Parts: sequence; structure tokens; C-alpha cells
Amino acid sequence: MKYIDEFRDGALAKGLARAIAAEADPARSYRLMEFCGGHTHAISRYGLEDLLPPNVRMIHGPGCPVCVLPIARIDAAIWLARQDGVTLCTYGDMMRIPASGRISLLKAKAEGCDVRMVQSTMDALALARRHPERQIVFFAIGFETTTPPTAVALKQAQAQGLGNFSVFCNHVLTPPAIAAILDSPEAGSENGVRLDGFIGPAHVSTVIGSRPYEPFADGYRKPVAIAGFEPLDVMQAILMLMRQINDGRHAVENEFIRAVTREGNAKAQALMAEVFRLRDTFEWRGLGLLPRSALAIRDAFAPWDAERRWDVPDQPVADNKACECGAILRGVKRPAECKLFGTACTPDNPMGSCMVSAEGACAAHWTYGRFRTAGKERRP
Amino acid sequence: MTLPRRAHPRPLDIAHGRIDLSHGGGGRVMAQLISEMFVAALDNEPLRRGNDQAAFDVPGGRMVMTTDGYVISPLFFPGGDIGSLAVHGTINDVAMAGARPLSLSAGFILEEGFPLADLSRIVESMARASKEAGVPVVTGDTKVVEKGKGDGVFITTAGIGMVPPGVDISGDRARPGDAVLVSGTIGDHGMAVMSRREGLAFETDLVSDSAALHTLVADMVAAVPGIRTLRDPTRGGLAATLNEIAAQSGVGMALTEAAIPVSPQVRGACELLGLDPLYVANEGKLICICAPEDAGPLLDAMRSHPLGRNTALIGHCRADDHHFVQMETTMGGTRVVDWLAGEQLPRIC
Repeated sequence: MKYIDEFRDGALAKGLARAIAAEADPARSYRLMEFCGGHTHAISRYGLEDLLPPNVRMIHGPGCPVCVLPIARIDAAIWLARQDGVTLCTYGDMMRIPASGRISLLKAKAEGCDVRMVQSTMDALALARRHPERQIVFFAIGFETTTPPTAVALKQAQAQGLGNFSVFCNHVLTPPAIAAILDSPEAGSENGVRLDGFIGPAHVSTVIGSRPYEPFADGYRKPVAIAGFEPLDVMQAILMLMRQINDGRHAVENEFIRAVTREGNAKAQALMAEVFRLRDTFEWRGLGLLPRSALAIRDAFAPWDAERRWDVPDQPVADNKACECGAILRGVKRPAECKLFGTACTPDNPMGSCMVSAEGACAAHWTYGRFRTAGKERRP
Repeated sequence: MTLPRRAHPRPLDIAHGRIDLSHGGGGRVMAQLISEMFVAALDNEPLRRGNDQAAFDVPGGRMVMTTDGYVISPLFFPGGDIGSLAVHGTINDVAMAGARPLSLSAGFILEEGFPLADLSRIVESMARASKEAGVPVVTGDTKVVEKGKGDGVFITTAGIGMVPPGVDISGDRARPGDAVLVSGTIGDHGMAVMSRREGLAFETDLVSDSAALHTLVADMVAAVPGIRTLRDPTRGGLAATLNEIAAQSGVGMALTEAAIPVSPQVRGACELLGLDPLYVANEGKLICICAPEDAGPLLDAMRSHPLGRNTALIGHCRADDHHFVQMETTMGGTRVVDWLAGEQLPRIC
């Protein structure tokens, strides 16, 4: 298939693997974080770890939108779904995330709540137009990639005076999460996560551009390579990061030049700025409260803000004590190091969010890579 | 001159009529629906006799029996409909034991308000599929549920067949070293159905692979009576079926991604929707596991049959206490091919 096969060429992969092996300095190790769940998925799905030398290690980052949402926000979505006359719409992965009491939206649906899986915000708008007797709430999640479509939906709802549509906004931002990982006390500590470089997001960067990563290269002195989601993109970015590390450089490099510019998508950025404002603070699973890391709906769109239409509960909820999603999202632990991994927690019966989405580190390791650690689970 | 007395003064209004509760009520209206629609289309001796069961002679030997339910949405899709699917699916379940299918039953659960014209299309299609396959629907049942309690039509079936002497095909017989074959491209049915789903519909020339596989199986059994395992990878796709067999037989498997046949249209549609063809349903493909020395003769036999032209050897079984189905990816890495978690797409059969 054109424009796909070129980026999944096994012969080119072998060539890149040889170049990576040649670039790897046996005297040191390379600890690279792929921020994005899309990259985590590609690495696991194509078994790319098998193509890397043992001293090049990929560390999965927090860039999985459903993984980083704290339990309290999913509780709130379930609360909304239980209100009279409400139809709650969301993207598929959200349905199975366990919240308090291991209730998920899927279970709420089985109890009789009207919860719909939609492919896009436009589906939710269409539902609102078709069912004027229902209150259609779109449970909006995701990084900068899914934010512009939510902005478009809000603008259309406003333009059409759609009174029975609202958005429960949970959009979060990528750069504050990267900063939080680099600022965490674990960063650089003996047992904690030492990161030598970042693979920058693909789709997020098409929107925000490569410029927002420059502080990580300049201030934190970490090499960044923005990469597409195809396996060869990831391999190429790994090689680019290793070259920077070996040369002692720290710059933002762009492997994904076919889609990402330094300035990003100005139109999408303007749309986001028009509809959303920064929240003072927002809770992330694993990263805690991060200032200026998430978006809320501006006053001009207040009538379509579910958090203003209903008195949505906002009580913090503690994660399951045994669940290591937090440490896994910070890159401090690997999935197989969690006591629950593969025992109490599997994709069919997830305890933590990282076991749900195909982009979650635990689900990716379980689904594609667990033969590597089989029989070695629960090893500290 | 007197005409023979007609059982029903006016024929069924197939063009404009709709199912109502009386069609399941046990009265004359139901009798008319059965005779003018079901018996007329599916026409065969046991059905014509009008009993609540079919009586027929069977040859001696080992018999198989299967049952299945069809709840597919939409009812009509490119390459078939719920009627032809019910015939093909049931025949295939019988054939996967290496058996020659003999006869089928069909129970219809109809929703009040369902157009008779649509029901007629479904029954005609079922009759066509049954005649083409040479496997009659010899007995049936009709029930009507109130509007809102069904989704147009659900069909339940049963099928019986005879296993030739010396054939013992079962999911628990795979052994380390055995070859794994698949009879053609995967994912065609699921993606064809999905292309017509409300909310997902996309333009494609994809057609379901729905087909009765018993003649292919007959050729295979004739070539290699010692086939270990046959199974049609329907719900959950190739991945689920291989995991079932691995678990039943207590083996692992090693597949080669590049060897698994996927049509460009299915690949394109899967890319678009973020699906993996390994998990997409098939209705006219089978997986065959055989001793390594039987792979060559089976490949020849299968590729000589129109429904097996694109048969491929995709991997082999091996000893593995974890029963992992593993695959060498196109990139040269290794991954697990796991069971499907949750549902990729509900109601595809």
C-alpha cells in the first residue's frame, strides 16, 4: 500500500538496525523515552526492541491520553452518564477504564446508562441534532491532537444554538508533562529514571510544531527527535538521538518532516486558543497536580460546558495501592515489575489505566511483548 | 369446472406486507407464511411434508452436529446477507470436522414490523446458498417478538454431517512442528460488513468472503486424511482461532507476518480505522494444521480448489508451555499475537 509500505520495509529496518548497532558505544547505555503511546504501540506491535542492541533501552512515557486521566475524572464521567436524560459519548478506549469500585463506562452502560462510543466529535453533534429530547455530553479527552476537533464541535454547537449538547473537557497538554518527568525527584536519581533523550510525538507535533520542545533541548539539555508513528520513523529517530548523544549535542531534530513544521498548524492553534483557556492546575495519573497542564472551556462557550451545566463532582480519588500505573507512566517502572501485571490485571480485566488502551505501556507489553518476560513477572 | 380449493384466499403481500404478531401466532396466517415463503423457497421433501421435524435416513458411521446463531447487523452486506451467511456458517462448522454436511435446520426470530420483502430476500438467498451447496434446510421454526424486542431477524441453525472413516480432525491434535495453513486472504468479511455500518460507512469495493467450504474440505481430506485440525476463523479472526487451537492442543505457534495473505483493500480499510486484520472476521476461510510432510500435498490440493487459490503456509506449531502464538513482524522483530481483548466490532455474524 502506497505511503504505508515505504515506512514498514523490513530490508530498510535491517539497514537501520545495523546503523544503530554501529552507532552504539558499548561503554555507555542509551535510555530513550518515547513520550507518545502511539510510539509505544509501534515499538511493541513491530517488535522493534529485538532490533536494538542491549544497551539501547526504550522507556515508555505518559503520552497515552486515556492512561493519564485520573480516576476522579472517570468517576465524574460515570456520574454524568447516570444523570437523567443524559447520553454520554466518548472514544472507544475510555469505555473500559476502571474507576472507583472497578466500575467503568462499559459497566455503567450494562447497568442501563446511555453511553455511546463515537468515532468523532461530529458523531456526537449529529446525535444531539437527532435526539433533541436527550442531553448529549461529549467526554472529551486527549492531547493537542484531539483538541481541535473538540473546538470545532463547540463552535458548531454555538453557531447552531444546539442547547442539548455539551462537552466534559479533559484535554491535556504535552509540554508540561515532559517537564514534569524531567523535574520529578526521580529524574537523575540512582534508582529513578535517567533519560538521555526523547522521541517527540508525531500527531501532537503536527498541531503544536517542534518549537515547544526547544526548552527541553536548550534548558534541560536533552536531545529530542520528533518521529512519525511508522516503525521506520521510530528506528530513524532512535538513530538520530544516539548520534546527538554521542556527539554531546542536545537539539530538537525532526524526523517527521513530512508532517511537522517548527510552527505547527496555526489554524488549529488559533481555534484552540479561541475556545479553550489554561486551567490553573489539573491532576494527572502518575504525575499528580501539574500547573497549567490542561484546558478548560472559555466563558464564551460556557453554555456548552458540562462542568457548568451540572455540578460535576470533583473529589480526588486515590489509585489502587498495588497498581503501578503512576510509576510506569513516569518511566520509573516497567510493566512486568508491577505485582498485578498479568495476574490481577490483564486487558480483559484491567485494574489500571495502562492495561486498557492499545497505547498503554502495560497493554502493549501484555499484548505484544510478554513472551520476553513470561515467568519472570513479579520480579522486583 | 371447479378449481382446487386454495388454503389461503389471498396470497402473502410480499411487496408491501410486514410481519405482525399473528405471523408467529400458530394460526392460519403463520401457516401461510411458512408455506408461501419458507417451504416455497427452501423446497425439499421433508419440509414439504409439513411436520415439526424432518425424518430421513443416514448412513452408518461417525456423525457431527453443530448449532449456531446469526445476529449480524446490517442484515444485507456486500457479498451476502444473514440468510446465505447462516447456511455457509453452519455448513462450515460441520465441515471443519472433515465431515460431509447432510442437512440443516433454521429457526427464525422475527421482529414485529419487519418488511416481508426483506424477509423474502433473506429466505430466497438462504435457498440459493443451500441449493448451491447441496445441503437442504429440512426443518424450521418461526417466532415473532414485539417491536423493539429484536433487531429485524435473528436466525438460529443446526447442521449435521457424516465424518468419513479414518478421519479424526480436532482442535486438540496440533503438535510441535506441524504446519499452519490459511486458505486465503483474511479480514474480508468483517471489513465488508463494517463498510456498511451506520456511523462507519465508507466507500469500498470490498465483498464478504462468505462461502460454504465443504467441497474444499472434501478435496483436502481426500488428499490427506490425516489432517490434524481445521477451523474457520470467524469472530476474533485468525488471531483468536489460532489462540484457541494453541490452548486446546497445548502448543505454541510461530507465524511469519509477511506470509499472511491480506488484500490491499482490507489493509487500507484497517489502516483507516486503526484495526488489525488478524482480528477481523472471515466467513469463507479455514485454518488447517497438519504434519509438516503433509503441507505440500495439502497446499497443492487447496490451491487447486477455487476457494483455496490463495492458500498460504503462514507458520508452524512448536513446544511452548505458555502456548504463545508469536509472529515475526515485517520489520524482523517478534511479537505475541494475542486473543482479542474486548470487542473489535460487535455483531459481524
